[in-house]
Amino acid sequence: MSDQTLLSLTQVGKTFSNGTVALQGMSMDIAQGSFVSLLGPSGCGKSTALKIIAGLGNMTTGTLNWPNAKVDRMGRPDHEISFVFQEPTLMLWATVFDNVWLPLRLKGIKKKAALTAVNEALEMVGLAAFSGSYPRELSGGMKMRVSIARALVTRPKLLLMDEPFAALDEITRSKLNDDLLTLWQQLNWTVIFVTHSVFESAYLSNRIVVMASRPGRVVADINVDAPYPRRGDDFRNSAEYNAYCSQTSLALHAAMQAGDHL
Amino acid sequence: MVEPVTPAPAPAPAPAPIILDPVEMRKARQARNERIGAWVLPIIVVVLSILAWDRFVVVNDIPHYIIPRPGRVLQALVESWDILMASLGATLILTFSALSIAIVGGVGLAILFAQSKWIEMSFYPYAVILQVTPIIAVAPLIFIWVDSTFVGLLICAWIVAFFPILSNTTLGLQSADHNLVDMMKLYGATRWQTLRFLRLPSALPYFLGGLKIAGGLSLIGAIVAEFVAGTGGAGSGLAFRILEASYRLNIPRMFAAILLISFTGILIFMFMTFLSWLFLHKWHESAIKRES
Ligand SMILES: Nc1ncnc2c1ncn2[C@@H]1O[C@H](COP(=O)(O)OP(=O)(O)OP(=O)(O)O)[C@@H](O)[C@H]1O
Ligand SMILES: [Mg+2]
Repeated sequence: MSDQTLLSLTQVGKTFSNGTVALQGMSMDIAQGSFVSLLGPSGCGKSTALKIIAGLGNMTTGTLNWPNAKVDRMGRPDHEISFVFQEPTLMLWATVFDNVWLPLRLKGIKKKAALTAVNEALEMVGLAAFSGSYPRELSGGMKMRVSIARALVTRPKLLLMDEPFAALDEITRSKLNDDLLTLWQQLNWTVIFVTHSVFESAYLSNRIVVMASRPGRVVADINVDAPYPRRGDDFRNSAEYNAYCSQTSLALHAAMQAGDHL
Repeated sequence: MVEPVTPAPAPAPAPAPIILDPVEMRKARQARNERIGAWVLPIIVVVLSILAWDRFVVVNDIPHYIIPRPGRVLQALVESWDILMASLGATLILTFSALSIAIVGGVGLAILFAQSKWIEMSFYPYAVILQVTPIIAVAPLIFIWVDSTFVGLLICAWIVAFFPILSNTTLGLQSADHNLVDMMKLYGATRWQTLRFLRLPSALPYFLGGLKIAGGLSLIGAIVAEFVAGTGGAGSGLAFRILEASYRLNIPRMFAAILLISFTGILIFMFMTFLSWLFLHKWHESAIKRES
């Protein structure tokens, strides 16, 4: 555990009340400022792990530590964590502005005081012109951007994303991938990104954690050392990227065999 | 946002203002006709039925103390205007008092239920019992127990109106998006904040649906209660006028009173529909015009 470690999971296990063992003996350290992808077959416990890190679900065994942060009685760190779900998860009755304002509003920050922060967040995702729109007036990709703006309005140290772009078309998806990378570099986040896509994980992250199911656990840990920025097709066509893709792909196949007793 | 990929230029038609294919044109025409028809058709049907009613009475030579002609009903309405309006006022006060208490009580109870499953499990059966027991059966008891006729009437009308609000709002409060609930938790929202920012807005469409039903039911409840009280000789509402008129075989006035009740019911329904539209048209699926 170095002084660069943001959080560390040690031997974490989770058993649901119906007897499902979602996680068992899962250990990993996440370094400050890294972009980590969690990759694995459906049902291997990626969402469960993410929820445990967010403090939204508790674990049955093991520990979650924040070595470089003060923690409260509940074991939650004193810095902001944000969560982006697979669906945009917006409040349909509220405007784009009000949706992004929500996390600040919950901390008691009035509209006037939140104005700069909200507008800045909207600008970062390229939606400054839509702050008065309602979610139904936006396309799927734009809704996802609002969701990201809401996540970054609190200036989180850690951003958790659970298959955020899975429901989007290929073009929108790769655009949002690029935007996400730009924001990550600007804002000095740590990102944990759950995905099903080998290509997405190799494109985005500097580390890929591959999980197997039943019980969910870490089976491979791949460092992607390609430098950033990785904008566009240059990187996608590089031999380096393809090598990482096939390495990850192999690891995923091995993971699926390892956990193949569904 | 991202521009959609444009296909290779096909042999393009000459540039022109919007050219619609026959299907789209038919759709547009149909939409326009439907907009007009929604107003004109009901009016035509009502006028025709009144004419048919008049002809039916005249041709069959039906005496006015069985079925009066429309004109006679109108005449009764004008002649008894003051009495009927006073009664209508009494019925309206009763209806809206009952509805208001049903709203406050229904929503309040639903919020209480949302706080704890135990409370809900304990008290929901009572709400169901109140709902399924015909009010006409318990109303006489209520009038024996309470001294004030108005309070008795109010209790009866309230019992009828409050269940749809309670059950719909309870369902609505529980139907908040689970991920949004998680997000509230992540940002450390208090119970009150979660209620205020998430659960209440999520419940709004359900509540308004319940209100639409409860509005009509509170009028029905008020009339039924007035009937029960009226058979005991007390009352001033429209139902009492109907009873009175039936004793005196003043059938045209009975018709006039019934007309007023129906009209009130329609107005209440239209008002509730408008209220739904007002609160939901910006965001809720039910109130959004379909594009295709
Ligand atoms: N609330 C719950 N109660 C019981 N079992 C659950 C619950 N939530 C998840 N599980 C089980 O735990 C296991 C891991 O679920 P999880 O949602 O973490 O998987 P995942 O890796 O996110 O899958 P996917 O890629 O399909 O989203 C699954 O077998 C699932 O059936
Ligand atoms: Mg999942």
